[in-house]
Amino acid sequence: MGLTQIATSILTALLVGALTRGMFRIYFLLALSVLAIYWFQPVVPLRSFDFWIPALSLALVILTWSITSQAGVWRSRPNFIGLSIIIALVTLIDLSRYILPDPILTATTPPQFIQYFLFAIVGGAMILLFSRFSQKWTLPVAIVLLITILLILKSPILSLQASIFFRTLAHRPIENASALDLRWLGFSYIAFRLIHVLRDKQMGRLPELTLPEFATYVVFFPSLSAGPIDRAERFASDLKKDFALTQDETLLAGQRIIVGLFKKFVVADALALMALNDMLATQVRTTGWMWIHLYAYAFQIYFDFSGYTDIAIGIARLVGIKLPENFLSPYTKPNLTQFWNNWHMTLTQWFRAYFFNPFNRWIRGYKTIPAWMMILVGQLATMLLIGLWHGVTLNFILWGAWHGLGLFLQNRWSDFVKTRINISNPRLQATMQLGGILLTFHFVALGWVFFALSDPSISWQVLMKLFGLSS
Amino acid sequence: MQNKPRLFAVLIKTILLFVLFNFVFIFTHNIPFGKLSLYNVIFPGRERFPFGETRESYNLSLFDLDAMFASHILAGTTKTSDEYRVFLIGDSSVWGTLLTSEQTLAGQLNANPVSACGKTVHAYNLGYPTISLTKDLMILDQAKEYQPDMVVWLTTLEAFPKDKQFESPIVANNAERIRDLIFKYELNASTKDPVLNYLSKPEQTFVSQRRAVADLIRLQIYGALWASTGVDQIYPEDYERAQTDLQVSADFHAITNLSEELAIDVLDAGMHAVPVPTILVNEPMLISNGLNSDVRYNFFYPRWAYDAYRQQIAELATAQNWHYLDLWDLMPASEFTNSAIHLTPSGEMLLANQIAIAIQTICDK
Repeated sequence: MGLTQIATSILTALLVGALTRGMFRIYFLLALSVLAIYWFQPVVPLRSFDFWIPALSLALVILTWSITSQAGVWRSRPNFIGLSIIIALVTLIDLSRYILPDPILTATTPPQFIQYFLFAIVGGAMILLFSRFSQKWTLPVAIVLLITILLILKSPILSLQASIFFRTLAHRPIENASALDLRWLGFSYIAFRLIHVLRDKQMGRLPELTLPEFATYVVFFPSLSAGPIDRAERFASDLKKDFALTQDETLLAGQRIIVGLFKKFVVADALALMALNDMLATQVRTTGWMWIHLYAYAFQIYFDFSGYTDIAIGIARLVGIKLPENFLSPYTKPNLTQFWNNWHMTLTQWFRAYFFNPFNRWIRGYKTIPAWMMILVGQLATMLLIGLWHGVTLNFILWGAWHGLGLFLQNRWSDFVKTRINISNPRLQATMQLGGILLTFHFVALGWVFFALSDPSISWQVLMKLFGLSS
Repeated sequence: MQNKPRLFAVLIKTILLFVLFNFVFIFTHNIPFGKLSLYNVIFPGRERFPFGETRESYNLSLFDLDAMFASHILAGTTKTSDEYRVFLIGDSSVWGTLLTSEQTLAGQLNANPVSACGKTVHAYNLGYPTISLTKDLMILDQAKEYQPDMVVWLTTLEAFPKDKQFESPIVANNAERIRDLIFKYELNASTKDPVLNYLSKPEQTFVSQRRAVADLIRLQIYGALWASTGVDQIYPEDYERAQTDLQVSADFHAITNLSEELAIDVLDAGMHAVPVPTILVNEPMLISNGLNSDVRYNFFYPRWAYDAYRQQIAELATAQNWHYLDLWDLMPASEFTNSAIHLTPSGEMLLANQIAIAIQTICDK
């Protein structure tokens, strides 16, 4: 999100928070989120894909809602209105190509109406058909579908193949195909929200949600591009509350937004100028400077991400939604477990709930596997998946493995210390605490080397340089 | 009990503070904030002025001459009794487009320092990549406070046309300095030229000047990258070579009578701006032998205009008793890179040898 989009989001959120009540607030938020998903979508070189990608996001939302809801819920008034809002707005966006000289919401001209109409008919029919099958089948199939799309988008090789496929389909030259052609705004977050809902439905934990509540939860405009990943039932409970924007709420939200803007557009953007990157990694001449660029990256990524989160939380607050925190001073934590409990918290919680805990329960069934091995495999697998969520490339795998091994070693060390060393001296405790913070921060910072650089061989050279082992 | 802030009060105070800050900022207009620099304190000074258009060059173009000088190594170097300080003034060929600092004219002179007047010559690169005599004069005028022993001013015909004098963005954005130069050196230009407009009060507010403030901060941040990498421009592996097949046109800035359209007054002011020996150098240029090279020497110059210019400057130098080096045809075509005036490292070395000899000769006299 750029400054214009943030400013517009703040203003519209203020108006919605101040002027709307009850179901109207939910409908307005849904409408704004539908418009935002189109406006925020970056331009892609494939014709009209900046229209089709948001349309697909909305189709997936409706599909997931329909298969997680009871049969016949379509006919209820809020669901009918919600569906009408979505269809009406998308149709209007498409029809704008015939009315306006230049597109206003989409980056390029939307497709011809007949194409959109066919898409809507075929998509609608498929959703209706799919939702008639048993949830025993549809829920896992939907999860596999979402993971497959995520895998294609996150893997450069698959993304490139997909781009070639679409270009061939559209009779466009394939020489210009690139892995970056399919930039799907916020899909990582959309997919994880949908998978959470699908898994909770499988487990019988999901409360019934109306389409406006469900769709607003998934594509809620403040958290569309950078999270946090809220839980559906918590989000819906905020939506259902009677909310009226007060002075206190406005001030608190304003404070949060200003802090976020400062973090993102002043601190992070300034640090970005000197943060470690692929080009800089090969140019830095001394060990000292390499550390400075690494520190700059560590703080840049924190201020950038947590700044966006502050902005999202602040804007959401204006409309009565209390999004969960995502960062709580992660660099001041004395060990890696605490770091991960406070860094991108909603993602960590998601993985804990939907992978780490079920995986641990499953692996405990194998009595022959020693406990330490279970911990190692559990930590490593979870962190590898978190790495892969960022991108299916070797550097993210290495980053995940780095943290997985780090968490395992910290777990073993904690166990060792707990049973053997009893530190009662407060000064020693404080020193240990400080040492832990410094050690954890530097471990995390060294991990960023893999994250920041696309080529692991350059990452290796940087690590060598950081320890004075190369010229 | 703590008083709760009220939304209306917060908004009013915010607006008032914003207006007040902008109002106060107007009064800081004449404070040379650019002189406050992290260069030469935390980061080493730059070997040449900041100039660049892309983030990958760890460099930027800004218009604050104080900040440019403050970031230069010159501002952080104390002159020793053994140093013979030579300032090199000129355009991108002196600044060193496509050349590392060591490969530039200043770098080559310093790599093999010669003795002059019983001291060791140390050259400072004060070139700046736009072509205008007025821009050179502005830099020279500011540079003289740094105790030069000699100035070497490399220039070319393209810097001379009167209509080009204020075209350089750094000139156009330093209207106040240029007006001062016009008064100080009694230049023929008018202080009422639209380019030299006074900034109105609204134009002096923080909101209007935010770009200049941001540039100043970015320049300091890029200091870290300069210190860390020594990189201050992009060196592409491949680039388009200077044009040798030329247009048939014999036009030069729509000038018909060259002697009346050149800013000789600015040249004269520059030659007397600093009370030390100043060598005027007609810099080397590409003499092409491609299509229409019978009409034009290169992309910049038709033959008639350049020949007339050379003759005029030579006569002027003789009449004024200036130290003048006409090196226009010093280099073979192979020693030029992406422009008819940008030299290769070996070309710069060849030029450096000539300049070194000239410096020594003047001292010996």
